[in-house]
Amino acid sequence: MHEPRSFKIFRWVVLVPLVLFTAVPLYVMMSSSLKPLGDVQGPWEWWPSEFTIQPFIDIWSTVPLAHYFWNSLVVSVCATAASVIIAIFASYAISRYRFRGRGAFSGVVLSTQMFPGILFLLPLFIIFVNIDRALGFQLFYQTQAGLIVTYLTFTLPFSIWMLASYMDGIPRDLDEAARVDGTTAMGALFRVVLPSARPGIIAVAVYSFMTAWGEILFASQMTNNETRTLSIGLQAYSTEVNVYWNQVMAASLVVSVPIVVGFLILQRYLVAGLTAGAVK
Amino acid sequence: MSSTLVEHEAAAKAPRPVTTGTPSPRRSRRLSWGRITPYLLILPAIVFELLVHVVPMVVGVWMSFIQLTQFYITNWLSAPFVGFGNFQIALDFQNPLGAQLARSFGVTLAFTILTVGSSWLFGMAASIVLQRSFRGRGFLRTLFLIPYAIPAYAGIITWKFIFQRDTGLLNELLVDNLHLTDTAPFWLIGDNAFWSLVIVSVWQQWPFAFLMTMAGMQGIPEELYEAAAIDGASVWQQMRHITLGLMRPINSVLLLLLFLWTFREFNTPFVLFGARPADSANLLVVNIYQSSFIQWNFGLGAAMSVLLMLFLILVAALWAVWNRKVRRDA
Amino acid sequence: MKIRILTAGAAVLALTVGLAGCAQSGESPAPTDASKPYAGTTIKYWATNQGPSLDADVEILQPELDKFEEQTGITVDLEVIPWSDMTNNTLAAAVSGQGPDVVNIGNTNATTLNTTGAFLPFEGEDLDAVGGKDKFLESAWQTTGPEGVAPTSLPLYSQVYGLFYNKALFEAKNLEAPTTWEELVDAAKAITDPATDTWGIVAPAGTVNVAMHIQYIFTAQAGGSPFDKAGEPDFVTDENIAGVRQYLDLMSEAKVMNPSNAQFTDGTQATSEFAAGKAGMYMAQTGNVAALQANGMDPSQYGVVPVPAPAGGDEVGSFIAGTNISVFKNTKHKEAALEFVKFMTSPEVSETLNKAYGTLPPLKDVPASAYEDFPELMDMWSLILADHAIPMSQVPTVSAYQANVGGGVVALFAEAATGATPTDADIEAMLNEAQQKMATS
Repeated sequence: MHEPRSFKIFRWVVLVPLVLFTAVPLYVMMSSSLKPLGDVQGPWEWWPSEFTIQPFIDIWSTVPLAHYFWNSLVVSVCATAASVIIAIFASYAISRYRFRGRGAFSGVVLSTQMFPGILFLLPLFIIFVNIDRALGFQLFYQTQAGLIVTYLTFTLPFSIWMLASYMDGIPRDLDEAARVDGTTAMGALFRVVLPSARPGIIAVAVYSFMTAWGEILFASQMTNNETRTLSIGLQAYSTEVNVYWNQVMAASLVVSVPIVVGFLILQRYLVAGLTAGAVK
Repeated sequence: MSSTLVEHEAAAKAPRPVTTGTPSPRRSRRLSWGRITPYLLILPAIVFELLVHVVPMVVGVWMSFIQLTQFYITNWLSAPFVGFGNFQIALDFQNPLGAQLARSFGVTLAFTILTVGSSWLFGMAASIVLQRSFRGRGFLRTLFLIPYAIPAYAGIITWKFIFQRDTGLLNELLVDNLHLTDTAPFWLIGDNAFWSLVIVSVWQQWPFAFLMTMAGMQGIPEELYEAAAIDGASVWQQMRHITLGLMRPINSVLLLLLFLWTFREFNTPFVLFGARPADSANLLVVNIYQSSFIQWNFGLGAAMSVLLMLFLILVAALWAVWNRKVRRDA
Repeated sequence: MKIRILTAGAAVLALTVGLAGCAQSGESPAPTDASKPYAGTTIKYWATNQGPSLDADVEILQPELDKFEEQTGITVDLEVIPWSDMTNNTLAAAVSGQGPDVVNIGNTNATTLNTTGAFLPFEGEDLDAVGGKDKFLESAWQTTGPEGVAPTSLPLYSQVYGLFYNKALFEAKNLEAPTTWEELVDAAKAITDPATDTWGIVAPAGTVNVAMHIQYIFTAQAGGSPFDKAGEPDFVTDENIAGVRQYLDLMSEAKVMNPSNAQFTDGTQATSEFAAGKAGMYMAQTGNVAALQANGMDPSQYGVVPVPAPAGGDEVGSFIAGTNISVFKNTKHKEAALEFVKFMTSPEVSETLNKAYGTLPPLKDVPASAYEDFPELMDMWSLILADHAIPMSQVPTVSAYQANVGGGVVALFAEAATGATPTDADIEAMLNEAQQKMATS
């Protein structure tokens, strides 16, 4: 295809600043994590005076990072799994059925995008605590289960919305045909709709996992030493004797790498999920 | 996605079964099981929505009508009912708290418009120049998406390091490398804090705009461009008439989502500045956090949250009206 | 098909984790032993971050808790909470009625927290159970709340502010430790040399609670108080303005404080700057001895004098700061909790812990062993506590005072750092705004 010169210039004008803007913080994170403490306490150095992997060794003992890592993993995986399963059923209902209350339900799901999280924080506390009190043991308050439920409902509305749109894009003829052949609703969902909705499901899972992995406000209020997640655990580096910027950067890198790699592997599904939902 | 949204809006107004063009599985209507099935399917979602969204919201709204201060926090039910008292304080702009809220609203609005505008612009521009394949396209696409995948805290703390006055990259660049100023400016306090906030938020948000617009552009059939090219349309004309035109629905959803998310932003100011940001960067949610968790006036904090929610609902409603008009005209 | 297996697997996983979460909170059965009536009980204790790091705190506290378990059979489940989270966590516990059994609090919040009604009042037999009022020093007891109200917290570690000065930097300029504020400013000017990044004084100027502490002390030096006799906020007075001015001027007028200090949102950075020899003086609390040591600064390298007052001002160098210990009212293990408070405020434990933290024991006849190798420091802290320290106002709105005035001072420092010179009118406007905000809380 022919590209005029002006377009090529335009491409450079757009790409160079964006690449710098995106990459500089990534460079800061990576280079600082390989610097000795002295380098990060003085004026910024573009290049480490000597390369050291000491920060990557120290991070595990300064703060119980491995423990927080595990907590984040458990909470994020569970919230994602539950979110995906519930969203599959709910969005199947929205996409394939016309039932009384469908509009109201969709409305509630959408309106959650307008709720400021901070409005829930304290009431949620009270609700969790009272449930625990009624049960006689700590099920929700400051537990992983409580955090999972909380994250689940952050991710659920958007997941339902995205997946329902995706399912709308799957031709009804397919499951209609299966139904005519005598398959049950569940059968049609599992055998026909789900296999076609795989990109949408992965998209929802990626979104949910990332939301749970990076959440700060609720994690800061609803966890304790045992259940603290990474995003809160990272803050502990600055309450130490000194501000260990090299360790902070090393820990940030360690926390980011798995999720970035996972995201990059799965991002084509996210794109596909969004495309199907948005453009039709 | 957008069509679903509009459809939902319409459905909310008319609770009767919607008869859209597509045939619904009427077969199931005859069976009582078939009638219950959709409700069973959404039941888990409803339970969790009730537990974590609806009930807390009702409690939160109730909180906004009581005087929930340190004297009553251990015994909520004894807190005196003050009617609209908390709202009066929040909206009395002569009072320092009201004035602070108004200022904070202005800051948040400016912050949101700048962040959403820039994020969308960057995302669109990157999608357009990366639409056609060339060497290195895959690498750039990957690079641009990384900030979106990095956990919020890790990204923001890196910027905090960059913005340090004495040890940060930015001042080294401005003062020592480029010699633009003599004295090192502050980026985390004073008026500059606002710009720091915008920069970090754009850094985090624009990849999402990029992802959405890129997804949208992939959905535009290649034949449209080919046909236009045969008709003699330049690349620029194709961009204007085909790309921008067909991207309208996705753009409108994208802008709404970005607006709603950015307006409620809490992580960025909280990690960058701590619980007490400069006035220039005192976003609404941080302001509410201060009232609630630092001043221990939860009634007032709840009233502010309710006001914020009402504003966002208003924005979404205006958007829905506008969106429907655009679709009808289209 | 694959997806079905995946989803089923995920559902099972979710369920397992949910159940595992439940299982964690089971309680162990209690063996009975007449000499240890509460043996087998587990109580939860939130300790404040007193040492150089959270880990250091665990290392310091755990041996004592083990001793306690040996003596009583009561297990203490320890969690060390950073100061930045302490108020929130305590509040959450107060609101929810669910939290630890025993908790440490900053004593400036003692009266505020008392009014929440979330804590057990120490009176009658509950006070007797922890060993009575008489074992505490009078000055420390004053931090527990207003007279005539049963306290809900007991003194654990006492601290006062002192002026730390770097001996080497002072000797290099032939300076003596200052005895008046004017001398302090002159000495600071002599030391300040922005070219070598050396400053007269360092302070965590972006830290809200420290700003409130210093403002309170300086206002007292000017003969005033932020609260009137009835305990109502009375911020807009000349003394309060002077209190803010004196602190702020170090940066905006005398320019002996690095403007970057306005970014220090906690004490950590100031402590490490002072330890690194980048500043000649540092107004800090007793316990900083341990943090300075952790940063490589030995007590032989610095001296301490009372924070000086302007010539002719009241010789107030500190308020009585420190950490108190409280029991949550709705604890299910009240007796065990009281037993634990008694243990923590016993002479032996008090001596050990205060030694480790470099703080002052709040008990009569308990030596401050942290300073046994540095008698002159010991004498100085005792002198400040005895002659230069006043109690913090014991009113319920101290927390709000801290947030509003402390926050306002921090904002003024930010202005000073970014080039403005805050005037008296600016300070008055800030105090006026703070005063009005108090009316609604």
